[in-house]
Amino acid sequence: MRKLLLLGDEAIAQAAIDGGISGVYAYPGTPSTEIMEYVQASKTAKENNIRALWSANEKTAMESALGMSYAGKRAMVCMKHVGLNVAADAFVNAAITGANGGLVIISADDPSMHSSQNEQDSRFYGKFALIPILEPSNQQEAYDMTRYAFELSERMRIPVLLRITTRLAHSRTGVECSNPEKQNDLKLPDNLRQFVLLPAIARKQYRELLGKQTQMEAASAESGYNRMIESSDKNLGIIACGLSYNYLLENYSGGKIEHPVLKIGQYPLPLDLVSELYESCEEILVLEDGYPIIEELLRGMLNKGKTIKGRLDGTLPRDGELNPVIVGYALGKKHLQGSAVPDLVKNRPPKLCDGCAHNDAFLALNEALIPYGRGRVFSDIGCYTLSALEPLEAINSCVDMGASITMAIGAADAGLVPAVAAIGDSTFTHSGMTGLLDAVNNNSPITVIILDNSTTGMTGGQTSSAFGKIDNIVRGLGVAEEHIKVLKPLRKYHDENVAVIKEELEYQGVSVIIPRRECIQTLNRRMRQKAKAKTMNI
Amino acid sequence: MKKDIILAGVGGQGILSIAACIGLAAMEESLYLKQAEVHGMSQRGGAVQSNLRLSSDPIASDLIPTGKADLIIAVEPMESLRYLPMLDPDGWIITSINPFINIPDYPEMEDLMKEIWKLPRYITLDANSMAKDCGSIKAANMVVLGAATPFLGLEQSSIESAVKNLFKNKGDEIVELNLKAVLAGREHALKQM
Repeated sequence: MRKLLLLGDEAIAQAAIDGGISGVYAYPGTPSTEIMEYVQASKTAKENNIRALWSANEKTAMESALGMSYAGKRAMVCMKHVGLNVAADAFVNAAITGANGGLVIISADDPSMHSSQNEQDSRFYGKFALIPILEPSNQQEAYDMTRYAFELSERMRIPVLLRITTRLAHSRTGVECSNPEKQNDLKLPDNLRQFVLLPAIARKQYRELLGKQTQMEAASAESGYNRMIESSDKNLGIIACGLSYNYLLENYSGGKIEHPVLKIGQYPLPLDLVSELYESCEEILVLEDGYPIIEELLRGMLNKGKTIKGRLDGTLPRDGELNPVIVGYALGKKHLQGSAVPDLVKNRPPKLCDGCAHNDAFLALNEALIPYGRGRVFSDIGCYTLSALEPLEAINSCVDMGASITMAIGAADAGLVPAVAAIGDSTFTHSGMTGLLDAVNNNSPITVIILDNSTTGMTGGQTSSAFGKIDNIVRGLGVAEEHIKVLKPLRKYHDENVAVIKEELEYQGVSVIIPRRECIQTLNRRMRQKAKAKTMNI
Repeated sequence: MKKDIILAGVGGQGILSIAACIGLAAMEESLYLKQAEVHGMSQRGGAVQSNLRLSSDPIASDLIPTGKADLIIAVEPMESLRYLPMLDPDGWIITSINPFINIPDYPEMEDLMKEIWKLPRYITLDANSMAKDCGSIKAANMVVLGAATPFLGLEQSSIESAVKNLFKNKGDEIVELNLKAVLAGREHALKQM
């Protein structure tokens, strides 16, 4: 048995490699990015010819993985929680088609929104799609559950969702890895209509999915990932889901908890176990590192049963991630506090790097917009979203991938002319292209700034699907050649850049301005590698 | 044996290299270890921290409870104070006194040092100058690591072999420089304790 020091994300990646996947599909998104990066860096993955390239977005990733499953091979698709919104159409319908080769979807949630715009709980999606969900409590379980997920997926012929949160994804610890499996051979589905969701077939498949629920529940009861830990003090029974189990345990040195605990790691919920805890205890405390899903189910709409404590009654905060101290307070434990943070300690928010091209681009845009006043720049998800903060204060929206262009269309329709969209290169090919087509078909009076730093910057510089393709895409979508302008965002070209932007702001149709300069981080990294290669040669 | 450590700094200052060294050394001594890192948005010049937990027994939580950290190791003086609520009343702060000023309202150095001097147990060091004396300012984080070594409960030989491991791809010269930096930090701390 090999023991490796791995992040939760890496444990999942290693398990997938050991579990005989033939491909992993993903779009970068914190806290899920390191899964794909680990497979890309793995020698074993390379030797075994495991396909590991970034997709244009989560939906294309999900569909490609489904295609690999169709062909009988094991596939994994990874995304952050909001990425699952993008992939949702494919995700929900994949539950109806079912899987052929094992198909595992990893969704990494971000409670407390460390790097996200919401803290939605992916378990809702799993329940919505009626598929099994696995929720590891630690990195070892992340490894073991990933291995099990492929087996479960093939046994039930259904996709399986594995849900993790930021803390697990980005925490490193020793993980024991088990023996690797071979990849599956190419094998078509037994029924060649399984993936044809024509209404008549879909109805049949859907009933089959509903029929499998009992089987899934039985698997939850038998897997060992849900277990009752008996104890004597039955004034309170505790349900601990995923990572929250560790926070619970942290409050008991020696690991002996005086209340019975139902540790949950697999859904649908094992009803017998839940019922056993409910019947034998006076009150129930539900610990969920996310939305109060189980808590809400247990309370019911009228909350007329036993007292259920958790996020809904104020025992735990309604939002944000859990931690050992919050869980301790819920159990009536006292916690030490060190001394207070002195007043002179100031906030240090993230900011654009020194030398970042976005900075020069927004300085030019800000100046060009002075005659029109503030409040007309719709933006998107990426490093450039930081330009909302001081000192630039250049943008007025950040909602979801691609929303900059389409929100600008709507605002212009309402009479806000000119409206500006600011979107990164990778975000543009993720979800901006269709919006730009709308704008062209509408002849919207908008100016679209595609900030091309030639990488996916915010997540650490992954290859951008847009690389080298933007100008032709924009042309192909029908933007007039004379209104496609490429700029070099550098201080020395500031005045000319302002002039170009001003001119396009006046144009009563779709303009696309492309400030193009490589991300300073990836540039420095390349330079370092080059220097290193040079010394190695000597 | 149980050590709960907060590593603090600004995105890009190399706190993860310090964490990696301590982690490798702990592995060599067959200790359990959990290290919660910060990735993503806050890495862009923002305040970053890492929770590092070492123990001879299995560790439950990835996060350290408030008031339970034995050590705060900081590569930046203002950042050393940000996590005081995490520090055990008997805990130590080990911090570089070299400020990283990328905000307009950064406090006066004099006031900052006064706050640090108020603490019951601290080691302060001019890590940049000490690293320069060892051969390169880039080794400043290893000087800070060195200053923390008397408090880690790990063998000095495990730390040194971790440093060798971490930098071996960069050549013997870099390995030597970093070992020297660790030693310089350690000697400084032993004098100040």
